[in-house]
Amino acid sequence: MSTLAHIFEAEGLATIALGSIKSQIETAAPPRGLWCDFPLGRPLGVPSDSEFQHRVLGKALELLDSPEPIFAEYDVSIIDDGTEVMACPMPPRHDPDLHPAIDEANGIRPAYERAIAKYGNRVGAGRTVEADDITTAIDAFIRVADGIPWKEAGVPGIPARVSQDIRGYYETAALALSDHAPSAWAGTRWFLDHTEAGKVVMAARQAMADAGEMQPIWFYMAPGDR
Amino acid sequence: MADSDVKAMTANIDVVEFEETAFTTPVPLREAKVAIVTSASLHHPEDEDFSPMDTGYRVLKSQPRDYVMGHWSPNFDATGFALDINTVFPIDRLDELAAQGTIGSVADEHLAYAGNQFDLSAIRLDSGPAGAKFLKEQDVDVVLLTPV
Repeated sequence: MSTLAHIFEAEGLATIALGSIKSQIETAAPPRGLWCDFPLGRPLGVPSDSEFQHRVLGKALELLDSPEPIFAEYDVSIIDDGTEVMACPMPPRHDPDLHPAIDEANGIRPAYERAIAKYGNRVGAGRTVEADDITTAIDAFIRVADGIPWKEAGVPGIPARVSQDIRGYYETAALALSDHAPSAWAGTRWFLDHTEAGKVVMAARQAMADAGEMQPIWFYMAPGDR
Repeated sequence: MADSDVKAMTANIDVVEFEETAFTTPVPLREAKVAIVTSASLHHPEDEDFSPMDTGYRVLKSQPRDYVMGHWSPNFDATGFALDINTVFPIDRLDELAAQGTIGSVADEHLAYAGNQFDLSAIRLDSGPAGAKFLKEQDVDVVLLTPV
């Protein structure tokens, strides 16, 4: 963002760059930079809170009053301590003959559709794998976790992108399964640590790492601190 | 896994440092046309998705607001945007500021780039200036840049 700010400003546009990582925005030093100590993915801070978002925007727009380059820090922080997990009541096992992750993905499909109807498909399936094929993708990762090379396991695309679709499918469904708006990362922690599909994705990722696959192929299947 | 852990991973990522800081004095805010440029890889469903090393941009129309997150990085929370596009792309908030007269107007078209780039040369030399030209042709005065 800060690089674009420099470029745009040189072309005659006045810019204000928001940044979530202090060291980056300080080093890149855009002409007008506002560091907001908010979780990654939420540069305006709080979803569905227009007053909060307006306060952030108001501070950002104030920087236009400066006659010279300026860096400012927003005075409210939103800290994720890594503990909150979405509370999602999951459907009971339906078909004991299916792998638990496949049964689970089938079971949350109605919730996924409700969330899509309410919010639209903003982060759900469809980049590489459509919702109808999510169980096929999970099935392929089950085979990878069992030791089959990913190129032979039927993974329907680049593993990182396929994983992203599965995560998006689950996190979108979670919006309809839960009765509260999740704090940042609470949906991701729920998916990775508390769902059968998340366990499959992480097991497949580990199997690929253990098999010596190129790091970029498996690393981006989950957040990098995992 | 905490947000700070993910942020800490970025500590060693090289950041482009500019020797000189360009600076454009804006028109008065109440007269300014404002656009949003985000690095969240947003696009309309019918538009081309971003590829892993995509240095181009996509045009985001003000309507319909059917934006899709096409980012390749797993290293951010996506549920905020799933709940409310304004968490990343505060287009409704800008509309409200324009209605109040705080800003002059909101651009009809905005831009999205892919933020997960390690080599920024193509953006510096090509798609960045091209995006600026696109916005200038719309008489945009002020750009709000938002990351994910």
